[in-house]
Amino acid sequence: MADTMQFDLVSPERKLASGAVRAVQIPGAEGDLTAMPEHAPMITTLRPGILITEGEGGESRYVVTGGFAEITPAGTTVLAERAFAAGPEGRAVLEALLTETREKAASLSGPDKDVLDKAAGDLERTIAALA
Amino acid sequence: MPSLKDLKNRIGSVKSTRKITKAMQMVAAAKLRRAQDAAEAARPYAEKMADVVNGLAASVAGSDTAPKLLAGTGSDQTHLLVVMTAERGLCGGFNSSIVKIARYRAEKLVSEGKTVKILTVGKKGREQLKRDLGAHLVGHIDLSEVKRVGYENASDISKKIFEMFDAGEFDVATIFFNRFESVISQVPTPRQIIPAEVPEEAGAEMLYEYEPSEEAILADLLPRSVTTQIFTALLENAASEQGARMSAMDNATRNAGDMIDRLTIQYNRSRQAAITKELIEIISGAEAL
Repeated sequence: MADTMQFDLVSPERKLASGAVRAVQIPGAEGDLTAMPEHAPMITTLRPGILITEGEGGESRYVVTGGFAEITPAGTTVLAERAFAAGPEGRAVLEALLTETREKAASLSGPDKDVLDKAAGDLERTIAALA
Repeated sequence: MPSLKDLKNRIGSVKSTRKITKAMQMVAAAKLRRAQDAAEAARPYAEKMADVVNGLAASVAGSDTAPKLLAGTGSDQTHLLVVMTAERGLCGGFNSSIVKIARYRAEKLVSEGKTVKILTVGKKGREQLKRDLGAHLVGHIDLSEVKRVGYENASDISKKIFEMFDAGEFDVATIFFNRFESVISQVPTPRQIIPAEVPEEAGAEMLYEYEPSEEAILADLLPRSVTTQIFTALLENAASEQGARMSAMDNATRNAGDMIDRLTIQYNRSRQAAITKELIEIISGAEAL
């Protein structure tokens, strides 16, 4: 069994990362998941969060906003709407997203608000983890 | 017969025109490179997106719950034509060729009794369409402040289109742009974006597991896919515009060079004629004595 797989992280404007990795931790819409070589083929949407790859050169962290990931036994492709290497830029984007989510949550009520509140809480934790 | 001074002035002015067109050509060449790189960089995302959406669409198509962006509204009465042109002129037939196919399509649809709405992106297309299709224009997106098209520009355009779609203002949307083939060839292309066109042959698909459901993913992806297609079109357009400008300016520079040669010959001949005339006058004056 191969112990690495091809990993590509692309945003609409450019290819951010490409190379062989041992594992990728993906912030899926329904929860985090880790893809490793020979993973069953799967497609999942993303929520804003941190994507961590584990390659030969150690761990790399990226901030992604929505998009989706395609996982096949041979590799993983992440198509993120916006993606950054973890750093001040990505943090600023997440913070902007948090403010937006909070504002939207404040204008709603009922189950919609709960969903957004949960998303806001999730974003807060993500930002904290990034620091 | 223009005087020597007139000719000299004309040669001077054509020379400065040539300098300008030469400079524009070089600027366009530099911008073309950048635009091509941008188009190149965007390709992996667009291709992957198309793959996944097509795969999903093929499996969901036909079911009653298929999203509207895929299945359409069930009618094709109202058409939205999104005409993407440049903000600037001096790029040969670039703008006219897009406007031409858009106008042809609009007239054809009108003659079939359909309602046509036109959304223009870029100033030049709007100016040209205003004349005879002004009544159909429903909106305009101004990119004149944008130096380099980014994904946000595409999002702005698609946001506007989705607002109209959700409000039931049209059934079918088609974008018109110039596909970049090479520096000397740009192909005006119409592409239907809503409802999404699914190729008949989906090929042997890998069996994916979907999280959340197939339809939820499709609902999330279809708008993104539309935005991506618009983004691709914007990038192709940007590259085409620079390519068209480069070859137009190359022609202009060459024409200016030819003109300068012609004028210089004319100038030299006139000068010689004037000298000869003066000599004849002096000689015949001396002989008469």
